[in-house]
Amino acid sequence: MKMSKVVAIGASPKRKEDLRFVTGRGNYVADIKRPGMVFGAFLRSPHAHALLGAIDATAARAMPGVVAIYTGEDLKADNVGGLPVGWGIHGKDGNPMKEPPHPPIAHGKVRHVGDAVAFVVAQSVEQARSALEAIEVQYEVLPAVVGVVEALQAGAPTVHDEIPDNLCCDWELGDAAAVEAAFTAAAHVASIELVNNRLIGNPMEPRAAIGEYDFATGQHTLWTTSQFPHVVRFLMGEFVLHIPQHKLRVVAPDVGGGFGVKQFHYAEEAVVTWAAAKLGLPVKWVCERSEGFISDAHGRDHFTEAELALDESGKFLGLRVRTLANMGGYLSTFGPNIPTNLYAPLLSGVYRMPAIHCSVNVVFTNTVPVDAYRGAGRPEATFVLERLVDVAAIEMGIDKRAIRRRNMIPTEAYPYQTPVIVEYDSGDPLGCLDRAEKLADVEGFEQRRLESARRGRYRGLGLSTYVEACGLAPSRLAGSLGARGGLYESATVRVHPTGAVTVLIGTHNHGQGHETTFAQIVSDRLGVPFEDIDIVCGDTAKVQFGMGTYGSRSLVVGGAALSKAADKVILKGRKIAAHQLEADLGDIVFHAGEFSVAGTDRKKKFTEIAGAAYVPFDYPLETLEPGLEEQSFYDPVNFTYPGGAHFAEVEIDPDTGTVTLERYTAVDDVGTIINPMIVEGQLQGGIAQGVGQALFEHGVYDESSGQLLSGSFMDYCMPRADNFPSIVVAPHSTTCTHTPMGVKGCGECGTIGSPAAVINAVVDALQPLGITHVDMPATPNRIWNIIRNSRAALAAE
Amino acid sequence: MEINLAINKHPISVSVDPATLLVELLREQLSFTGTHVGCDTSQCGACLVHFNGESVKSCTMLAVSADGGSVMTVEGLSVAGRANLHPMQQAFHENHGLQCGFCTPGMLMSAVDLVGRNPDPTETEVRGWLEGNLCRCTGYHNIVKSVIAGAAAMRDAK
Repeated sequence: MKMSKVVAIGASPKRKEDLRFVTGRGNYVADIKRPGMVFGAFLRSPHAHALLGAIDATAARAMPGVVAIYTGEDLKADNVGGLPVGWGIHGKDGNPMKEPPHPPIAHGKVRHVGDAVAFVVAQSVEQARSALEAIEVQYEVLPAVVGVVEALQAGAPTVHDEIPDNLCCDWELGDAAAVEAAFTAAAHVASIELVNNRLIGNPMEPRAAIGEYDFATGQHTLWTTSQFPHVVRFLMGEFVLHIPQHKLRVVAPDVGGGFGVKQFHYAEEAVVTWAAAKLGLPVKWVCERSEGFISDAHGRDHFTEAELALDESGKFLGLRVRTLANMGGYLSTFGPNIPTNLYAPLLSGVYRMPAIHCSVNVVFTNTVPVDAYRGAGRPEATFVLERLVDVAAIEMGIDKRAIRRRNMIPTEAYPYQTPVIVEYDSGDPLGCLDRAEKLADVEGFEQRRLESARRGRYRGLGLSTYVEACGLAPSRLAGSLGARGGLYESATVRVHPTGAVTVLIGTHNHGQGHETTFAQIVSDRLGVPFEDIDIVCGDTAKVQFGMGTYGSRSLVVGGAALSKAADKVILKGRKIAAHQLEADLGDIVFHAGEFSVAGTDRKKKFTEIAGAAYVPFDYPLETLEPGLEEQSFYDPVNFTYPGGAHFAEVEIDPDTGTVTLERYTAVDDVGTIINPMIVEGQLQGGIAQGVGQALFEHGVYDESSGQLLSGSFMDYCMPRADNFPSIVVAPHSTTCTHTPMGVKGCGECGTIGSPAAVINAVVDALQPLGITHVDMPATPNRIWNIIRNSRAALAAE
Repeated sequence: MEINLAINKHPISVSVDPATLLVELLREQLSFTGTHVGCDTSQCGACLVHFNGESVKSCTMLAVSADGGSVMTVEGLSVAGRANLHPMQQAFHENHGLQCGFCTPGMLMSAVDLVGRNPDPTETEVRGWLEGNLCRCTGYHNIVKSVIAGAAAMRDAK
């Protein structure tokens, strides 16, 4: 079974990381035990909005096993800072967004159910949890507001006293005058009002953190379920706990899924690190699932009104979008960036859209903070545009595929500058649609619809195209949009004396198969056997720096850094070979794992050069240093723009309102594919999450009390195996023109394309009833009511 | 109280608090950390193990209830080492049936129990059986493929 050969880019070797996971030998944070470890539990606010009075922990402190109890006042007194925001946007008036403090444990006021109020440390988890119940907190409960529309109304409860209108930022992008002119000239205007439902990401591994402090060295260590340990070290060390970077190690070992939920610096990370130093004991906190529902950052939660102007032939003239985006009670690490910079620039989709204007009100409410969740802004943009195009097609009597084809950017028109900042480097939306149409057997749909109708069922076919901007991020552009740091990536290729390779990379692997894909890149480039390559990530003591994994950036940015580092290794190897073979550097060529003098049979194997690098006798040290290890930093020049066309086919049972996903077909342009098996897995998983948003998942708050009603897996409907048919995914790739390997990224494609495809299918199915829009999720209850009400209305006519 | 049970075929005696859940005994006291906890409502199936040969969510069972019985965890499916993988573990590896790996132990244990009851399950039967195991990464597509392939391999191994 041992695979000891070179594995090329484009092959599908089985994953290196699998063995430890299928045998139960993974090493997740919750699995880690430290000597003398004690356990922490958070007391969390049961109220959505309340003034915090006295906290009496006297009885709790006396309970068995209790080691310490801390409140927000203790942290404040110890000069612990607030959680920082990584992205600062500016409003249309040029003023910076409102950025209220975000203390790791609340003081003065609680702003959502789940806001931390106290932290108990005890000898066991059970003792810590028991002590929580003995802490007495005086709350003066205030009226709460959970919805974006309500939060902006006059007289709404004020989440932060210094921000009386709850408005974090009144942001805009685009040319309002050009859009106005487009609407004036329009033959038809299609409009829509929609909700992008709040989602709770729920990676299967709940969050966890362990803090430890070594008095002898002054070293702090944090083990955390993070997608970006270096960023946590920087944000927490610099802004929250004031620990010098060289005295703080952050380790993110095996992490059980992220999807964005684990790409923020969380309060619990800071609190366990701080408490461990206070106590001189390792402190472990493992989130319970129901606790995660009220403390993991949520996703989406938009209210949007949008209009599309068209000429009489169905050509798009302009798009106007007004969105209210929920930020929750505090700004999470990337919160304000998501519904603005990652949303409005994607509103052109894969179409020629001459004029776009988008305004976004970013709003505080008494809910859990909202931040990136797989796709992050781009599924929301796609949903607005692709729903609106379907509405326009229905109203104008144009075929839904024809109206899209009429407006798509032809592949020869790339690079294509949109009116909203971004320039697409490459793409072939028409090619994707053509291929998807065939694979989805669109021709046979009418037959299937009739067959469903014979059984009394409604059948619908939905199409969504999409484009995303990923590979976060070109630092110069990101900086101009408010990023408070560049978003490059780093990789080190360490060649050992035997020729085996260890890669140290700043991205983080939590399911994406990086240990395999990155090893393939090195194997392909250096001719080193696949088995002789290990990928190391997730530990700030091993990897110098990195921005982590999110925004489909690992291969695009990290892989590019790795490719550049491999180039440097080859150059260094050529220098060593030139010395060994007594030839000019310019005459040394590297091919298939061998350095040779061009035009001769004099050559050295990669392993020979690696050995020679470490045990030299006679190097000209002024020009050639021993060793074979190279690091590169890569900063992309542009975003990458994966895109595609997805078809969903659903059947609806009018008696129960149940929507069954019968077929799903996705054709995606992800650029060069390193490992097709892994790419297909990413697409399938992404599609399932998007289908989850469309049909099942909804974070629901009670409007008057601010309680999260969908606060467990009993109430929040996670997609299950029997909710899906086999999913058909197929590539239709164009090569990215600016990344070293032509890659575009694939982690978020599925989640971006699928919600609109599924809802378009649901609406298509219900078209006999005159339905033009259905909000997500299309639950049986919602659909049953729509069918009943529509039938009643039709009967009354 | 003192209980006696077999874990992965090894008999042990262990002292447990009566309130201890089987999953807590396995993970915290005995360090069988391959069995995971993904929820607190018995929904996710990450903690699924075999008790007396049948799948059970170990978060729903008290450790003391296992007294006198036999528990099999994912660590017991094979001895570590690629050559000795259980056919179902091998099938998950071959068919990319896992991404982050967190749900995998529960999926494997559930799948092995399914094949014990139904040696040749259809796709629909696999999907229905796995209703109690949540995965957030794969969209279940390759898990279903893996289970069907693993069932075939288990039939061949007989």
